[in-house]
Amino acid sequence: MALEAKIRASDVHFYYGQTRALTGISMEIHERCVTALIGPSGCGKSTFIRLLNRMNDLVPNTRVEGRILLDGKDIYHPKTDVVELRRKVGMVFQKPNPFPKSIYENMAYGLLVGGVKDRGFIEHRVITALKKAALYDDVKDRLHDSALKLSGGQQQRLCIARCLVVEPEVILFDEPCASLDPISTRKIEELILELKKDYTIVIVTHNMQQAARVSDYTAFMYLGELVEYDRTDKIFTVPKERMTEEYLSGKFG
Amino acid sequence: MDNKKVRQFKEAVYRYVFAVSALASLAFLVGIILTLFTQSLPILTERPFFDLLFGRHWYPTHTEAEFGMLPLIVGSAAVTIGAMFVCVPIGVGTALYIHELASERQRALLKPTIEILAGIPSIVYGFFGMVVVAPLLQDILHIPTGLCAFTAALILGIMATPTVASLSEDALSFVPTSFREASLALGANRWQTLTKVVVPAAGSGISTAIILGMGRAVGETMTVLMVAGGAAVIPRNLFDPVRPMTSTIAAEMGEAVMGSLHYSALFAVGLILFLITLGINIVAELISRKYRLKLGLGR
Repeated sequence: MALEAKIRASDVHFYYGQTRALTGISMEIHERCVTALIGPSGCGKSTFIRLLNRMNDLVPNTRVEGRILLDGKDIYHPKTDVVELRRKVGMVFQKPNPFPKSIYENMAYGLLVGGVKDRGFIEHRVITALKKAALYDDVKDRLHDSALKLSGGQQQRLCIARCLVVEPEVILFDEPCASLDPISTRKIEELILELKKDYTIVIVTHNMQQAARVSDYTAFMYLGELVEYDRTDKIFTVPKERMTEEYLSGKFG
Repeated sequence: MDNKKVRQFKEAVYRYVFAVSALASLAFLVGIILTLFTQSLPILTERPFFDLLFGRHWYPTHTEAEFGMLPLIVGSAAVTIGAMFVCVPIGVGTALYIHELASERQRALLKPTIEILAGIPSIVYGFFGMVVVAPLLQDILHIPTGLCAFTAALILGIMATPTVASLSEDALSFVPTSFREASLALGANRWQTLTKVVVPAAGSGISTAIILGMGRAVGETMTVLMVAGGAAVIPRNLFDPVRPMTSTIAAEMGEAVMGSLHYSALFAVGLILFLITLGINIVAELISRKYRLKLGLGR
């Protein structure tokens, strides 16, 4: 397994106004691996993942300290092009959020805003991405129907496919199965395992079993701090910290 | 005393009281429609409907009285359409600014300001138009009188702006943040997110806002009575004085002999005005319903 650090966070602090939400997070996210962030609600795992594509820029009155490097480049450097960063670091959200447009328009969006005009090229990319997301067979006859007509699970796979179209290097999943039923959840998990061959994946999850099933590395966070970070098999069998063990065994959380 | 009976009695009373208040608005509506119809019946039976609607001469007090409403309808249309050219760009622009660009503090200042603007009585707008705007325009544009369709359109546009701005802003804020996030996460910039996702998603809400603003302009009476000039002739251009439907009724109702044809004709004008605003409201409702469905916000 390649152990290149795709993303390296060092001593990251994050503030909402005066409130500190993250305290000194340092971790390396390895290339073409699935890294899971677990921990009780409010522990800062979603806040952290949203720093990786600068989604928290949208939240007023927030402040980041420390450095986050993507391929060795500081993503919070003033000269960083946020648009370019977000093309490299795609994101799938907690609730499926397709646009109220057709399936095809949803898929083509990332390319259109990127200035791609060649229709043939767009179509080719759209179909490739739909196939990668295992959605093509479900939707091939209704590409021009509204995306909102799809089921929740299909909508979420559409959101994954939509993100694949722009060919990112990293995909962030912020509790992607939070609103899905077990069967749809399983499909998404299978997809994540398939995608890690080509992409670096970071997933936030509430569900410890999900972390155990899909991830190679697991980070346990509590109250804005990174308590323990290791290979998933180690974290789940021989955690070093007592707090990790207590959380995993359901003593709190 | 039996507690259960008391409770049941109370509940029956509540239900009755609220049912009556709910039915009251319905009763008012029916009453108004009936009045408009019965009072306009004499003129509707006396003169062909086509002549009333498209007649070019409104001479209600001549010995050979004519009740062609076309000049009034054209007057209303002119000031309303003119007002749209003012309130749509300013109103929608304000909404976009408040929603997309304004800082917290600017927003906290702008939103109440708009609401205050909406709360100013129309007579004050009329006054302002008559005393300030009309003379100013007369000077600047070298027109015979500042009391004309143009001035009325301008003032009406300013009056309708808060409606358009605040409803458009509502429509924009109904667009779920998740759409915006999805767009930005796909590498769209702010402008692309606004034009390709947020505005289309709020599109029908914004159209509803515009239509309701239009409804406000069509029905406005006091302002047009004061600044539109009051000539019941078909205007040749925007700088001619006009007499919209509303101000015709307001100006002439006092002098029309009760029960005369003139009196009835004014009710007919009111009836047509009512039908126009009803149409506008129905269209607005249909659009907003479609919009809620589209965003998956339920009916």
